[in-house]
Amino acid sequence: MVLNVSSIVPRIPVSESVTDAVRWITDKFSFLFNPIKEHFGNLMEFISETVLMNIPPFVLILIVAVIAFFITGKKFGLAAFSIVGLWFVYNQGYWDQMMNTITLVIVASLLSIIIGVPVGILMSKSKIAETIITPVLDFMQTMPAFVYLIPAVAFFGIGMVPGVIASLIFATPPTVRFTNLGIRQVSAELVEAADAFGSTGSQKLFKVELPMARPTIMAGINQTVMLSLSMVVIASMIGAPGLGREVLSALQRSQVGPGFVSGVGIVILAIVIDRMTQNLSREKKD
Amino acid sequence: MPIIEVKDLTKVFGRNTKQALKLLDDGRTKEEILKETGATVGVNRASFSVDEGEIFVIMGLSGSGKSTLVRLINRLIEPTQGNIYIEGEDLSKMDKNQLREVRREKLSMVFQKFGLFPHRTVLENAAFGLEIQKVDKEERERRATTALEMVGLGGYLEQKPGQLSGGMQQRVGLARALTNDPKVLLMDEAFSALDPLIRKEMQDELIQLQSKMKKTILFITHDLDEALRLGDRIALMRDGNIVQIGTPEEILVNPANDYVEKFVEDVDKSKVLTAHHIMKRPETIQIERHGPRVALERMREEGISSILVTDRNRNLQGYVTADDASKARNEDVRDLNEIIRTDIPKVDKDTPLQDIFSIIYDSQTPVAVVEDGELLGIIVRGAVIAALAGEGEVTNGA
Repeated sequence: MVLNVSSIVPRIPVSESVTDAVRWITDKFSFLFNPIKEHFGNLMEFISETVLMNIPPFVLILIVAVIAFFITGKKFGLAAFSIVGLWFVYNQGYWDQMMNTITLVIVASLLSIIIGVPVGILMSKSKIAETIITPVLDFMQTMPAFVYLIPAVAFFGIGMVPGVIASLIFATPPTVRFTNLGIRQVSAELVEAADAFGSTGSQKLFKVELPMARPTIMAGINQTVMLSLSMVVIASMIGAPGLGREVLSALQRSQVGPGFVSGVGIVILAIVIDRMTQNLSREKKD
Repeated sequence: MPIIEVKDLTKVFGRNTKQALKLLDDGRTKEEILKETGATVGVNRASFSVDEGEIFVIMGLSGSGKSTLVRLINRLIEPTQGNIYIEGEDLSKMDKNQLREVRREKLSMVFQKFGLFPHRTVLENAAFGLEIQKVDKEERERRATTALEMVGLGGYLEQKPGQLSGGMQQRVGLARALTNDPKVLLMDEAFSALDPLIRKEMQDELIQLQSKMKKTILFITHDLDEALRLGDRIALMRDGNIVQIGTPEEILVNPANDYVEKFVEDVDKSKVLTAHHIMKRPETIQIERHGPRVALERMREEGISSILVTDRNRNLQGYVTADDASKARNEDVRDLNEIIRTDIPKVDKDTPLQDIFSIIYDSQTPVAVVEDGELLGIIVRGAVIAALAGEGEVTNGA
């Protein structure tokens, strides 16, 4: 019976088609991918190696501490934590790796926000867009992140750029979803008030909807930043430098100590970034 | 020309609007149409017009379509059928840009839950309408400040709405609407979220503002007392239909059908009805022409024990009693001035019934209703009781 069915419907060659499609895209769009890879790679290298690594570590730690102090409403907690935590990473000799990780996270998050917020706005304004985009977001979030790495490598080679692309796919959905949600949650009466006084669509968006949705959007952005940070270990599998690479190599050589230290480095970075972005969304509320 | 004119305005929510409209024309009810087509009738062929400077109240219970109706007028909800004329221009046929201009210049709205922007200060809220018209900052803040001062919030310009009480927030809402200097204020249950004392205060203030600024106000409410207090005219709605349009008195005194009658049954009529409504045409004699004999004769004809005396211009002079008149006749006194009594209580024609109680209770004679000295009618005790008991026909034009 089983044999019968399988002889009637032969296996559909999905994997072959995908392979062919990716190969075809790689081939046909190399004129697009190559410059992206080159310029983007250069830009990221510039940020991490020329800018961040050239700032003396103690100056950078101080800058972060000052920003933390003001962003948390002139409280010392996060500032103190930043100083101790970042100094610890420096002390363990992972400073340069951390700079690479920060670059990856910042670039990936910025791109996610630049893409995610407008897509979220589009979703909130159009039922059709929402119907189409929602399953795409579901797909992006549930597909195991490793799977993105394969075409990313095919398109962009190895290094930071495919790492950014992979974390972009993985980390953008929360910003899109929260932007959509935030705008849809703006009370009907406020939207009516904006309309009743004769707002244009963009006036309504920028003067009423986005400011009202801001805390929700910021919560989405916070999620996006955290997700792209969680991608750094995975991205290191395709050669993205940074703390993730240290974790990976420790794993491969079964070195518990270095694995733990670089893992702690990621955790410290995560806490600092998370608290900062969270406070950013709370800051102007009152 | 009326400032707002609404003709056959209809809103059907749902898909089968065409079929629903046809059924409406066949005179089917809201329930039948819902069952048959799945479409909900929000407003059914509403027609009315509002004159400049008038407070026109649309009143009905929740689900009666009153909030839909007010949103049809500035097209926050698109009409299914019918026309809306604002100063003669048909709003229902305008494109987006024209509509936006009308909303900016002629119609302002005040919302039930205030609809203030919590991230903006009171001043920025009040200036919102001008801001989106790209009026420069100095000018719009000046005008917004004027409007805020008018509603008594001059000292709160830099506060956020969340820091103010409900009543003050709605003053901001009102100021925001006034800053645009619109022709028409659309007020959707504007005072319903306020507690009763504040609500009354706001009603009084609205009436005052209205008499100063002469705005046309379309006021939506579910509260009959509020409707009676504010409205020059009231439209009563039920199930999407306008059941009756009239002045508060017309609606109270001559309810168009059982529904309206039920509705107005619980109203404290003593606050709404005035002397004008319950007075009777008075029996009078003229002081220049008539003497005690005529007075006595007239009293006998009408079966009354006293009669009012006026001069040639119907200015009230006083009254004479039957006893005095017959004594005068016996003593052959000819002049009414000898026996006239002047201790008759007088009330203005707009005196509410509740103020007449104590006057008529203390008085031996009927109460005279006057306007600038001229006698309009009298009120007898029976009329007061009849009016309170809600017997329809109490008016007897003067």
